[in-house]
Amino acid sequence: MDIYEDKRKRTHTEEGYELLTHSSGEGDYDFGWHCGPYWSRFLAEMRDNKRFLATKCPECGLVFIPPRQVCGKCFAEMNEWVEVGPEGELMGFTVVRFPYIDPNNGQMKQVPYTAIWITLDGCDSRYLHFCNEPDEANLEVGQRLRPVWAEKRTGTIHDVDYFEIIKE
Amino acid sequence: MGKRVGIIGVGQTHHAAKRLDASGVELIAEAVTRALDDAQLTIDDIDAIVVGNMDHFENINYVDTWAVDGLGAYMKPVFKVTTGGTTGTTVAASGYYQAASGLFDVVMAVGWEKNSESDTQAAIATCANPILERDSFAGAIGPLATEYSMYMKAYGATEEDAAIAAARARNNALNNPYAHSRQAVTVEDVMKSPMLSYPIKFLDMCPRSDGSCAVIFASEEKAKQLCPQPAWVHASVVRHDYTHFGDLEWTYMPTLERATERAYKLAGITDPIKEFDMAELYLPASTCAVKWMDSMWFCDRGGAPELVRKGTFHMDGEMPINPSGGVISTNPIGATGLLRVGEAAWQIMGKSGDRQVENVKKALCTGFGGCSWTDVMILGAEMP
Repeated sequence: MDIYEDKRKRTHTEEGYELLTHSSGEGDYDFGWHCGPYWSRFLAEMRDNKRFLATKCPECGLVFIPPRQVCGKCFAEMNEWVEVGPEGELMGFTVVRFPYIDPNNGQMKQVPYTAIWITLDGCDSRYLHFCNEPDEANLEVGQRLRPVWAEKRTGTIHDVDYFEIIKE
Repeated sequence: MGKRVGIIGVGQTHHAAKRLDASGVELIAEAVTRALDDAQLTIDDIDAIVVGNMDHFENINYVDTWAVDGLGAYMKPVFKVTTGGTTGTTVAASGYYQAASGLFDVVMAVGWEKNSESDTQAAIATCANPILERDSFAGAIGPLATEYSMYMKAYGATEEDAAIAAARARNNALNNPYAHSRQAVTVEDVMKSPMLSYPIKFLDMCPRSDGSCAVIFASEEKAKQLCPQPAWVHASVVRHDYTHFGDLEWTYMPTLERATERAYKLAGITDPIKEFDMAELYLPASTCAVKWMDSMWFCDRGGAPELVRKGTFHMDGEMPINPSGGVISTNPIGATGLLRVGEAAWQIMGKSGDRQVENVKKALCTGFGGCSWTDVMILGAEMP
């Protein structure tokens, strides 16, 4: 096994040609994703009525956010809509400190930011969003959070700016 | 049930942050030629090929076409398989399925990746729903960091438990000439390394690598004929989960629990830590090397920290995990899962050099994709 050549540090070929890297250059590559009836309603309710809607499975009774057509566990179509939250419990969090390219816009992510998993009241699955507290020392699984709605809402998940810790 | 199948050869590249000396097809060729050499075969002996990587990391699609020459796939049946992080183990499962079917005698599974050709976290983030989840989804690290925050709260696990596992894996890599990252590390070094995403620190986390691996599977008559000590497949199980990240059960991993339960049943394992001589597990961060032990029937839920702290999984422990250095030492994503299978196969064959565990009769391999599907493969020195 140790007879194989280790070429990891090579920068030139044996004949002396530089080993090149070809750049793709920058390009815009856009997509338009169809939201379908479930997500369109979910987003519209956040935009127009500042509320969270979820769907409930007729077989297992679990309540899912984001709402969606099929319960994965049961392979059953869901048509019962339930309002959940607006407050909820922090199930998990991380404070992201390493920057990387945001694939949505090609810009570097602004760090630090706090990503959270929140169980909205009345809901079974957890919602992914942000919290405005950037210091892990002040965050604890189990805290109660409330949404802070954006002034200008356009039918995206950013119609909620972030969740904030409810201080008793 | 299918025919019984054995691994008869393994090849891998020298893994690095950047392999400037080889384009993608050349990296594949390096692993393929080494595997053929290991098995003492020529490319004519290969009946079918399965190849996998994550296309959008390099953004040159259809590797099954543009890498035909390096793969040795000219005029052969070739499938491309791509399943995110589990690509490497799914490629192994595919190799096994094809040989077990009786339709192909010798099947080569190839995994590869040139992570240096793009921004890995951005590419990984494309797995998340763009309308609903991508913005807060912090790449590969985010969910792993978040789940450990829950685990620490629920069971009193600590950042230091993860650091013990990180130091263990990184020191193991010193024995592996192929590993990407080889550095002697103490638990204190890990604890002091920069925080990436609380609670995961720089030395807790896997690198991104350029590398490739090829593993050759053969159906029973051929395996016995061609190889003095095949690594026999005792079980191969795949379980999937996810729809939205918030749907997943994060306090334990259902796919890992169910896949290992099924695999242990197929392979007749009742006490994994006692019966496996070693394991090569897909642990992308050291926090996983704590929390996920709970989901493999090694202990009760919350029991992992104790096992980690007392050295159960160290090279001199009851069941060494990742003698190769594991994923946190080497991570060319399309190959990472396959390296688990290849490294475990070499352990059974007695070809692991300085990282050899003594007398390996049974080995456990896992693959993980975020989040959170699980592949499990059990290999043995005896025919099942």
